[in-house]
Amino acid sequence: MSLRISDLCIARGGIPVLEGLSFALEPGQALILRGPNGSGKTTLLRTIAGLQPPVSGTIEGAEDMIAYAGHSDGIKPTLTVSENLDFWAQVFGTEGIAAAIEAFDLDILRDRPAGELSAGQKRRLGLSRMLVTGRPIWVLDEPTVSLDAKSVMMFAEAVRAHLGQGGSALIATHIDLGLDSAVLEVGPFKAKLPAIDDFDGAFL
Amino acid sequence: MIALLMRDLRLAMRAGGGFGLGLAFFLIVTVMVPLSVGPQAALLGSIAPGVLWLGALLACLLSLDRLLALDWEDGSLDLLATAPLPLEAAVSVKALAHWITTGLPLVLAAPVLGVLLNLPVPGFKWVMISLLLGTPALSVIGTFGAALTVGLKRGGLLMSLLVMPLYMPTLIFGAEVARRGAIGMDIQTPLLMLAGISAASIALLPFASAAVLRINLR
Amino acid sequence: MSIWEYANPKKFITTTERVMPVLWAAAAVCIVGGLIWGFFFTGDEVRQGATVKIIYLHVPTAMLAINIWVMMLVTSLVWLVRRHHVSALAARAAAPIGMVMTLIALATGAIWGQPTWGTWWVWDPRLTSFLILFLFYLGYMALWEAIDDADTAADLTSFLCLVGSVFALLSRYAVNFWNQGLHQGASIMRVGAVIGTDTEEKVNNIYFYPLMLCILGFVLLFVALLFYRTGTEIRARRIKALLARERVMA
Repeated sequence: MSLRISDLCIARGGIPVLEGLSFALEPGQALILRGPNGSGKTTLLRTIAGLQPPVSGTIEGAEDMIAYAGHSDGIKPTLTVSENLDFWAQVFGTEGIAAAIEAFDLDILRDRPAGELSAGQKRRLGLSRMLVTGRPIWVLDEPTVSLDAKSVMMFAEAVRAHLGQGGSALIATHIDLGLDSAVLEVGPFKAKLPAIDDFDGAFL
Repeated sequence: MIALLMRDLRLAMRAGGGFGLGLAFFLIVTVMVPLSVGPQAALLGSIAPGVLWLGALLACLLSLDRLLALDWEDGSLDLLATAPLPLEAAVSVKALAHWITTGLPLVLAAPVLGVLLNLPVPGFKWVMISLLLGTPALSVIGTFGAALTVGLKRGGLLMSLLVMPLYMPTLIFGAEVARRGAIGMDIQTPLLMLAGISAASIALLPFASAAVLRINLR
Repeated sequence: MSIWEYANPKKFITTTERVMPVLWAAAAVCIVGGLIWGFFFTGDEVRQGATVKIIYLHVPTAMLAINIWVMMLVTSLVWLVRRHHVSALAARAAAPIGMVMTLIALATGAIWGQPTWGTWWVWDPRLTSFLILFLFYLGYMALWEAIDDADTAADLTSFLCLVGSVFALLSRYAVNFWNQGLHQGASIMRVGAVIGTDTEEKVNNIYFYPLMLCILGFVLLFVALLFYRTGTEIRARRIKALLARERVMA
């Protein structure tokens, strides 16, 4: 159940961005990632979610455990809110979207086409998808973008409930969610480029 | 898998889904042919099988850019790649949805357009059979092309350039079945080859498509 | 001493630069020698007269056109399996050479066909498959050009080369079948019949040795061009990498 990262090195566009990363995420824990724009937080989350291979190092316990939410929500504008959620529930083989609808207060929007939602409402729908996946480890990239204060509270509450059920969460965010969680500053792990005259096998 | 199929079909039917566009394109291409080569019934009758095949192929080709690009843009592909469904299955299902919304209507419309082109009577059966066998291959091969170019901003033209050479064997054998059938020649060899290409493409190409898609996602 | 040592870009460049002058010279000697021998010191063919001598250009380029694609397939596989950048770049460097060879083979074929068959172009299976091969080269090169990230481009073009090879082979058989259906076994001018490989008297055939010399010359020319272009690709890739580093440092 726990996620273990050891001595991870990741690259974006062939250039190493972060190296020497090691941490563990136990059930019930949350970890907040911080770092300036372009420091490699998104790349790190995508690597952990299995969308791209690491340069070196190991990721244990991620296989089929992770629910990932990136910058785009994967919402189909011509499907209604409940149709969007139903689809993901079926793909992940879970039952019922009622809990997700309730947690993010989507009940009155249920039968509206997702294309008509505001940016914040869409984001809520995107985040509620995490609940229907039934996966224990949430990997979230800037989840609070375009959310208002009330929705942020709603989201923090959902994360807290998830942690309470033995789940865990890895979140890249700049705002304080009021969670009792550790913070990982990625800045110090910035990868040093290999020596310039290192003209063998690889290019960078 | 069924969920993904139902979603893609539903998306195609809803507004802006593009269902029927391929069919309309097929119709208009077929109408343009007599306008360009002249109305002589004998000439049209002899080129009808080839024209129907080429029209169906172009209609398939033009609808490919929506196949994966929309899911790429809105992030659905990222999420699908992290879902329990293997990506190989996902691309197969998307190819199947493409066939149901584009290929199958073309097969059904072909006889009607055959009338417009003065297709000889024995040809109707063989045009339909060859399209029914060949269009699944067109969808699966096209999915590979769409997966190759999914990350490119304006990949449509490039995709046509990449996919059309891959379509050639299917087109040659498919049109050959239709043409031979129309003039009452033996069709066994091209028919078997066409079926073989379809079966092998459906079985093997999704692996290549999924591999290419993973490369594009990283 | 393993062949994989040359997968190191530096080693590849230093080694190839040492052998390249020899390759250029040998290619020039073979091609010029073969052409002079073939053009001026062999008699005219009984039926075709002097036209037949275009084989000294047509046959070598046609052979290379196909074999360069096979070489690209091999280097693509090496890249996918062993991840040597030089291998992927060699495939990239070979494609334009292959395309030009295909074009020369098609053009010389047309020029040869005009006096012999009385037409510039027929949809003969052989001609058609070369045209299809040309389209495959075009698509492959276009895909390389379209993608920014070098490793992604190498991966995607390798897959295209792999899948494309299967379909190119299928097209070859399809086209054979397709034209046979129209022209009931159209008897084409077989190259083998001219150079004597089809017949017993191969050794006596006066066209055979100059042709072999030309083929050797063209192969050497291809290898020299390939080394030269791969070196350029490696340096271009290196410049791109250095620029990317600078952006990161800034």
